[in-house]
Amino acid sequence: MSDWPLWEVFVRSKGGLAHRHVGSVHAPDAELALRHARDTYTRRMEGVSLWVVRSADIIASDPDEAGPLFEPAADKVYRHPTFYDIPDEVKHI
Amino acid sequence: MTPSLPPIRPEDEAVAEKIRPHGAFDAPSDAHDPVRAGYLLRLGDDALILGQRLGEWCGHAPSVEVDLSLANLALDLIGQANLLLGEAGDADQLAFKRDVLDFRNCWLVEQPNGDFARTMVRQLLFSTWQHMLYQRLTKSGDAGIAAIAAKAVKEVAYHRELAADWVIRLGDGTEESRARALDGIDWCWRFVPELFEVDAELEEAIGRGIAADPRSFEGEYRDSIAHVLGEATLPVPKDQRPILGGRRGHHSEHLGHLLAIMQFLPRTYPDAVW
Repeated sequence: MSDWPLWEVFVRSKGGLAHRHVGSVHAPDAELALRHARDTYTRRMEGVSLWVVRSADIIASDPDEAGPLFEPAADKVYRHPTFYDIPDEVKHI
Repeated sequence: MTPSLPPIRPEDEAVAEKIRPHGAFDAPSDAHDPVRAGYLLRLGDDALILGQRLGEWCGHAPSVEVDLSLANLALDLIGQANLLLGEAGDADQLAFKRDVLDFRNCWLVEQPNGDFARTMVRQLLFSTWQHMLYQRLTKSGDAGIAAIAAKAVKEVAYHRELAADWVIRLGDGTEESRARALDGIDWCWRFVPELFEVDAELEEAIGRGIAADPRSFEGEYRDSIAHVLGEATLPVPKDQRPILGGRRGHHSEHLGHLLAIMQFLPRTYPDAVW
């Protein structure tokens, strides 16, 4: 069990919504990773669809690079759609 | 002068009418239909005892994920037992106030967990049978049993798949997991024939359209088990001398120990509530 690889689990809570990362499970292979994900994360009707992906297959950004990667966006408020009025009739934006 | 009851007032009747659908004035069904109640006890006791057995794994499984898987199976089965025994009478009374000779479960479900491999072999042998049985019971002439089967059959389909997945991996895994899977089959195989035994009581329930005839799917069952064992690269064992009698209250010594743990609390503290 200690040599089982780690899998990241994504749950779609209902049709039309995106899969969302909810956590991880250990499992010896993909099929059992799905079963473990089902038994661990959808016990209370949390989902209608599951994805699992080997944690080792995820390419992550380097936390040490967070400054150069993300801080340049901090002073560019004009990228937010906050400079015009949205009519009251528009509900979903 | 003979004692007489006060007359029933209309407002009493209104109250009675309200309570009646919940069965408050119904005698337990076994009082008037022993065949139906007897069949419900067989089904309910199978689910209850296996649920209790699987619950013993809680906190002891090989990994936290497997711990949850086994607990989920246990809870599904105890939920089924609650419904089935509730149809037979008072589910709590039946679960906690009966002694070992009154239980009607098969021998397979009361077997000790052993190691994880034996537990999974037992699950495969039982869930495959239960799935095939419940598929047929969804068409039972008894509406109550058909409704419970319709709810449970999806749960059981998952149990069957999960157990097959594990038996395949254990059989076709390491030398040790394979040896343990073989031991598990060796332990459990002699209890399979009981699943297909039809005694006079079951015959009557089948005749009345309440029960499904297990003989109608024995071939399908053996094919399915052979298929999984084949994928697991495990040999189909030779038939051993079958062990029968659970349906008549003859059990292994293991059931008494299981009941002692399961029934201890409500028997010692009869007023205990959540």
